[in-house]
Amino acid sequence: MNDSHYCPHTPEDIAEMLSVIGAASVEELFAPIPAELRAKSFNLPAGMSEFEAFSRMQAIAADNTQGVTNYIGGGFYDHIIPSVVDHLSGRAEFYTAYTPYQPECSQGTLQALFEYQTAICRLTGLDVSNASLYDGGTACAEAAMMALRVTGRHKIVVDGCVSPFFRQVLKTYLFNQDVEVVEIAPQKGQLDHAALAALLDGSVAAVLVQNPNFFGSIEDFTALAEQVHGVGALLIGSVYPISLGIVKSPGEMGIDIAVGDGQSLGNPLSFGGPSFGYIAAKKKLIRNMPGRIVGETVDKNGKRGYVLTLQAREQHIKRHKATSNICSNQGLCALRGLIFLSSVGKEGLADLARLNRDKAEYAKEQLTRIPGVSVLQTTVTFNEFTLTLPKNAAAVVTGLLDRGIAAGVPLGQYYHGLENCMAVTVTEKRTKKEIDLFAKELEVALCN
Amino acid sequence: MQLIYEKSVPGRRGVKLPASDVPVASALPATLLRTEPAGLAEVSELDLVRHFTNLSRRNFSVDTNFYPLGSCTMKYNAKVLENAAALFAPFHPMTALLPGGAELCQGTLGMLYDLGRMLADITGMDEVTPQPLAGAHGELTGIMLVSAYHAARGNSGKKKYVVVPDSSHGTNPASAAMAGYEIVTIPTAPYGDMDLELFKAAMSDEVAAVMMTCPNTLGLFNPHIKEICDIAHSHDALMYYDGANLNAIMGKVRPGDVGFDVVHVNLHKTFGTPHGGGGPGSGPVGVKKALIPFLPQPRIVRDDNGTLLLQTDNKGTVGRMANFFGNFGVMAKAYAYIIMLGREGLIRASEQAVLNANYIKERLKPYYDLPYKMTCMHECVFSASRQLEHGVHAIDIAKFLIDRGYHPPTVYFPMIVKEAIMIEPTETESKATMDAFIETMIEAAKAAENNPQALHDAPLTMPVSRLDETKAAREQNVCCIG
Repeated sequence: MNDSHYCPHTPEDIAEMLSVIGAASVEELFAPIPAELRAKSFNLPAGMSEFEAFSRMQAIAADNTQGVTNYIGGGFYDHIIPSVVDHLSGRAEFYTAYTPYQPECSQGTLQALFEYQTAICRLTGLDVSNASLYDGGTACAEAAMMALRVTGRHKIVVDGCVSPFFRQVLKTYLFNQDVEVVEIAPQKGQLDHAALAALLDGSVAAVLVQNPNFFGSIEDFTALAEQVHGVGALLIGSVYPISLGIVKSPGEMGIDIAVGDGQSLGNPLSFGGPSFGYIAAKKKLIRNMPGRIVGETVDKNGKRGYVLTLQAREQHIKRHKATSNICSNQGLCALRGLIFLSSVGKEGLADLARLNRDKAEYAKEQLTRIPGVSVLQTTVTFNEFTLTLPKNAAAVVTGLLDRGIAAGVPLGQYYHGLENCMAVTVTEKRTKKEIDLFAKELEVALCN
Repeated sequence: MQLIYEKSVPGRRGVKLPASDVPVASALPATLLRTEPAGLAEVSELDLVRHFTNLSRRNFSVDTNFYPLGSCTMKYNAKVLENAAALFAPFHPMTALLPGGAELCQGTLGMLYDLGRMLADITGMDEVTPQPLAGAHGELTGIMLVSAYHAARGNSGKKKYVVVPDSSHGTNPASAAMAGYEIVTIPTAPYGDMDLELFKAAMSDEVAAVMMTCPNTLGLFNPHIKEICDIAHSHDALMYYDGANLNAIMGKVRPGDVGFDVVHVNLHKTFGTPHGGGGPGSGPVGVKKALIPFLPQPRIVRDDNGTLLLQTDNKGTVGRMANFFGNFGVMAKAYAYIIMLGREGLIRASEQAVLNANYIKERLKPYYDLPYKMTCMHECVFSASRQLEHGVHAIDIAKFLIDRGYHPPTVYFPMIVKEAIMIEPTETESKATMDAFIETMIEAAKAAENNPQALHDAPLTMPVSRLDETKAAREQNVCCIG
């Protein structure tokens, strides 16, 4: 009996194939492997049907607490995903294809990625985009490495208001290179401009900032860009793409390289992945971009088509001299991002951004009515803001989890001295009723 | 086909957003506002659906075409895996990082932990980190672990080199370079593996690691692999196993038993998760005990009561390689795949992958030059050198195959084979499918002799014919202007 999934051969097929090969058994094909190297053990359980496997997966999912109302962000955001995103990205012609090495039979993927690159350029106000990176953190690291190559310098200055996860990834990536990473401690959830100015000199390759930052603060980095350019360095901005529905774009601010996590664009939370990292830059930086880039061209009859281009930057050609080691990226997640952006549309993204801000401002107002609760930052915010509580935020968050509310990200574990602070995120999915209940629950929690 | 932006009509809307139930907030200060909305497409939902449905039809894919792309393991992607991953869509990763939050995530953390245990069993390693997001990301993680290991032993100044064979994937040297090492490349010997004598000569105490793919990119299992591991270890160099070709050996050989210290696996190759036209992949990394202290954080551990916890205070760690816990959705698919196939199913998958590759090798051998003639594992590498005598290149044969409905094999890789054609059928293809492909390959070989122009002209049946790559690279038009 053929009890193995997805292996179609009958015993007759196998016998015929072995006779063509001239082998007596399938095992004989493994003869090149010396006997002493054979597996010492292989203890997986027996297989099961797809029904049983799916039931097991359902049981695993059921072991997670369901129905928690999220006011947590921290880089991943609970946004609407239009139905078309799942349906269209779920076309098997997209999801069961490989990287488009053969362009004539991969125009679907290639044109979609060209359209994705266009969406990212238009969103960020920059000239060029690649076809995606792994995630927001690795995108920050890749952007920093781009700046190191472009400037030939060895120092990266990072605002401490950038996501602690992104900063950790960046530091991990750069640890083995001859690079100094200097962090600036946040000042009330904002960039400490004076500290940055004191650090800026001709040794700095790039400054990395984030908008909105981990505390939720939004800043106009236009003047900073000029200052950074003044010492011949690049300004890298990690930007939450949904905010770009209304917030001044990286291009308008003079930022050289914009990066970020694309999860908010049509990708489910999915316990942290897959999402995608985006990277966009000024045109002159294109040869230093990491990863796949799709370019427009024509075929021999003059018909428009798309190919992977500037491949001489990449590992499969340049090996150890490549701009990055990246090969597989997050293509399907980038496609989801494109479908999301095209479904929401030009005015829709602005409306969605406003809706996020309206909900967050409403929540901010309700929550700060609670005695002893105040907003940390003095800047404006988008859909995330930081509250200072009259007691330890970690304890409050733990308590509210029992009430089915993930109230916010306690900041004490990431920032010394901010033990009473938590970052609260409110997306368009939260209703007024939920927010009112949250305010009530928080007030009770703070009274206890 | 028009771009979505060329179908855009000002004012047209796609999806309707939720109505607001809160007051309108005061506007952002003018200095913080973008001057005009981003120029995204403005299309109706039906136009959007037609656009992407028609785009999808311009792709070859595993579900529509035989896709024997060497080194990529384009096996069938079971549909139930998609349903399984969707179960986890609502879970926010930050929940697990909240104080007390791990308790709420015992299902997802448990799945990652168990997947790690299963992958450790398959590869013969002691612990697996799920964090790396793709194969190359796994390599970078692995070499960083190697670096941390040497540093902890006070040898970081001494260890300067990573050794790779010239048949290796380009990601190997690229990853090692990103981890701060210089690269030493060892040529391939006529017997199809890294030249053992040259390898011995290149080894010194300054070598940090040796990166091997086994079976290698010629599809050959290196009979000297144990000796190579022993030599490396005698110089206190660690052995890195590139798992791209793991589909050949499940249940037959475990890299850990052979002497490898670090392994990455490509879930999107060996474990049946779809490649998505360029990702998402997933590249968990397995290590031997001596390297566990350096694993990325947060690390998932199980306490004495069986409760899963996140360990974030490990001093020795290399740090963090990704936002959260890796490409969870991809790992959910791989988990479902592994429990469904089970022990016997995985062994059979490897056996039939090897059977299929040898069958194709044997049948095409009379028509194409086979530079390395021994029994292959899961893939075989031909050369179009015989066809080149008629002016026909590997790429011409590839384009001919496209017209016949086959995704071409990998061509021009490995670089050590002139006009390489690297065929990996995988275990999920039937004999009938392979027979039809073989006949088409034979037809191409005959056409190379009788009618080479037909090969040069291909493809004729696709939406576009051969594209001008020079123009694309020169003009760098990577975004639609306007």
